Amino acid sequence: MTNPEVANINKDYEYGWSSPERYAVKAPKGLSREVVEMISKAKDEPQWMLDFRLKALEIFYSKPMPTWGADLSGLNLDEIYYYIKPEGFNARSWDDVPDDVKLTFERLGIPEAERKALAGVGAQYESEMVYHNLKEEWEKLGVVFLSIEDGLKQYPDLFREYFATVVPPEDNKFAAVNSAVWSGGSFVYVPKGVKVDIPLQTYFRINAESSGQFERTLIIVDEGAQAHYIEGCTAPTYASDSFHSGVIEIIVKEGARFRYSTIQNWSHNVYNLVTQRAAVYGHGVMEWVDGNLGSKVTMKYPACYLLEEGARGEVLSIAMAGRGQHQDAGAKIVHFAPYTSGTIVSKSISKDSGRSSYRGLVKIYEGARGSKTNVECDALLLDEEARTDTYPYIEIEEKDASVGHEATVSKINDEQILYLQSRGLSEDEAAGLIVRGFIEPIAKELPLEYAVELNRLIELEMEGSVG
Amino acid sequence: MTDQPHQLEIRNLHASVGDMPILRGINLVVPRGELHAIMGPNGNGKSTLAKVIVGDPEYTVTEGEVFVDGVSILEMEPDERARLGVFLAFQYPVEIPGVTIANFLRLAMQARKAEGEEVSFTEFYGRLTAALKTLEWDESIVERYLNEGFSGGEKKRNEILQMLMLEPNYIIMDETDSGLDVDALKIVARGVNSMRGPNLGGLIITHYQRLLNYIVPDKVHIIVDGRVVQTGGPELAQRLDSEGYDWVKQLAVAGD
Repeated sequence: MTNPEVANINKDYEYGWSSPERYAVKAPKGLSREVVEMISKAKDEPQWMLDFRLKALEIFYSKPMPTWGADLSGLNLDEIYYYIKPEGFNARSWDDVPDDVKLTFERLGIPEAERKALAGVGAQYESEMVYHNLKEEWEKLGVVFLSIEDGLKQYPDLFREYFATVVPPEDNKFAAVNSAVWSGGSFVYVPKGVKVDIPLQTYFRINAESSGQFERTLIIVDEGAQAHYIEGCTAPTYASDSFHSGVIEIIVKEGARFRYSTIQNWSHNVYNLVTQRAAVYGHGVMEWVDGNLGSKVTMKYPACYLLEEGARGEVLSIAMAGRGQHQDAGAKIVHFAPYTSGTIVSKSISKDSGRSSYRGLVKIYEGARGSKTNVECDALLLDEEARTDTYPYIEIEEKDASVGHEATVSKINDEQILYLQSRGLSEDEAAGLIVRGFIEPIAKELPLEYAVELNRLIELEMEGSVG
Repeated sequence: MTDQPHQLEIRNLHASVGDMPILRGINLVVPRGELHAIMGPNGNGKSTLAKVIVGDPEYTVTEGEVFVDGVSILEMEPDERARLGVFLAFQYPVEIPGVTIANFLRLAMQARKAEGEEVSFTEFYGRLTAALKTLEWDESIVERYLNEGFSGGEKKRNEILQMLMLEPNYIIMDETDSGLDVDALKIVARGVNSMRGPNLGGLIITHYQRLLNYIVPDKVHIIVDGRVVQTGGPELAQRLDSEGYDWVKQLAVAGD
């Protein structure tokens, strides 16, 4: 294996380095029945899962590429490696993770964060989880935090009961491809009444060129339980494109509360097409905090299906689009039951020729009386070339329900810049501070370290962008 | 540099907005240790003078110079001027949503430090506590977002808070008294007076004499039609208060 040449297409992206490729299994390029069978065999799966995958593959073939969203014409699905298994995987101690891979995660600060502030950490490298560990105090309370593969092996009944119930393969073309070739991701179960008060985190890293990552995460938060899960992602910068298509399924049972936070910082050659959805039961609360900074194209609309009375869903979304990027991000809140409520707050920042779109669906089915959702989307444009669009879809079948929608588009205002400069801040610092203030309502929802990281990433993207 | 005079000097300053000339040859010297009032009818260039000194790109300087301690500043960015010790208390401070006053003050103080030097907690907090006490403000104010949802009076008080924190050498107060009730006016004046001393110079721009009862100026200049038409002591402000501006407008006509 050779060390792939890193193309200098985005020199400001600090995670753009790569490690030498050494793999136990690397499937041939492109998607085929053989590749799917190879993945299933490598994972030593039960027959039902192989059948599920093969059926999903058929669904994938039968669905056209979506054309209603971002431009996907540059994504060549035949040029992608769908499965790459690194050497040595799923260790419970960093000492057992191969050196290259361990070094990668050390450079990303993961083991340090784990020691300081996290209840558990998972790390995925290419197609497999290379590390997964939960602190003992949580394990004792019955919390399960495993790789998705180990979840299937160790909790087969629980797994099968919920798997693909929230996001079936028929849902969309990318959910179908994920269902066919899924590999890696987390399996989480929080037992009744258990409150995990510090976050669990999984970190996703693509290293090989032209590779795809198709993690699958299944999270079950039992009655009255609480937890917070954070995912982070980076990849090296290559001249050819990579493809990330995860499926995240979450079940929030009665009276439970769950938050899923993403800081997506893929390099600018990754197509990031993700399906994230939560099924929320009586008086449960689901919160998505979604930060999209990286990638070439992102299409991602975290969803809350409010299935029983009193369920609540919240989506807080930040997108930042720079040159050559299109962040097509948003949210879905679907009210199936009475007295359910939702909030969507979306903030986007566009600069250079970057484009950010808010695309959101609020649907209230007949019978979901007394339900309401408020949508607020604010776009900030940093220059004349930047672009923003809003596509709000609102479908209301119930008379006794309400949906509020407010949208604003603003530019950084010269008076604000002058005011801050007159206090001694440089023009760049002033613009950065205004942008940070713009996203503050969302950043303050993140744990401190992540809010700091988010601000740092935005500052990095902002450098030299005004003037 | 040590033999440069410690003064703000404005020399034959002409400035315009678009094609419209507003300042038509302002000459002023304000040494440190003195506060000069700038008075005059509205629309004659008082605020323009403030904006030009601070470096607002809306205004074009067509002629003249401005020196701070002997250093010509007109080619400088607004932040460089600020770091030389120039501070403008804005007439209409803007709102910056999502940025707390505390965070902003810390960054502004940091901007004045040499590379590698950090604002220490004791320095920041010590200065803040003293400033808030002078302004009769509760500490919780600094957790609010900068000017967001502030009343006119709160915005003006916040300008003085920043002034106290940043310890400028030259202050320019642009109609800080407009829209303030007497109590707020007294608090603002107390803030400014607490800074007065041999190191502080500046311009107090106002339409009314009222503020000057509380901040007594060393000199008063009257600007009409973009020029200083009269200079005197505090008694000049009182004359304007009792007689209005008609007689100074006559002076401007006479000067043409």
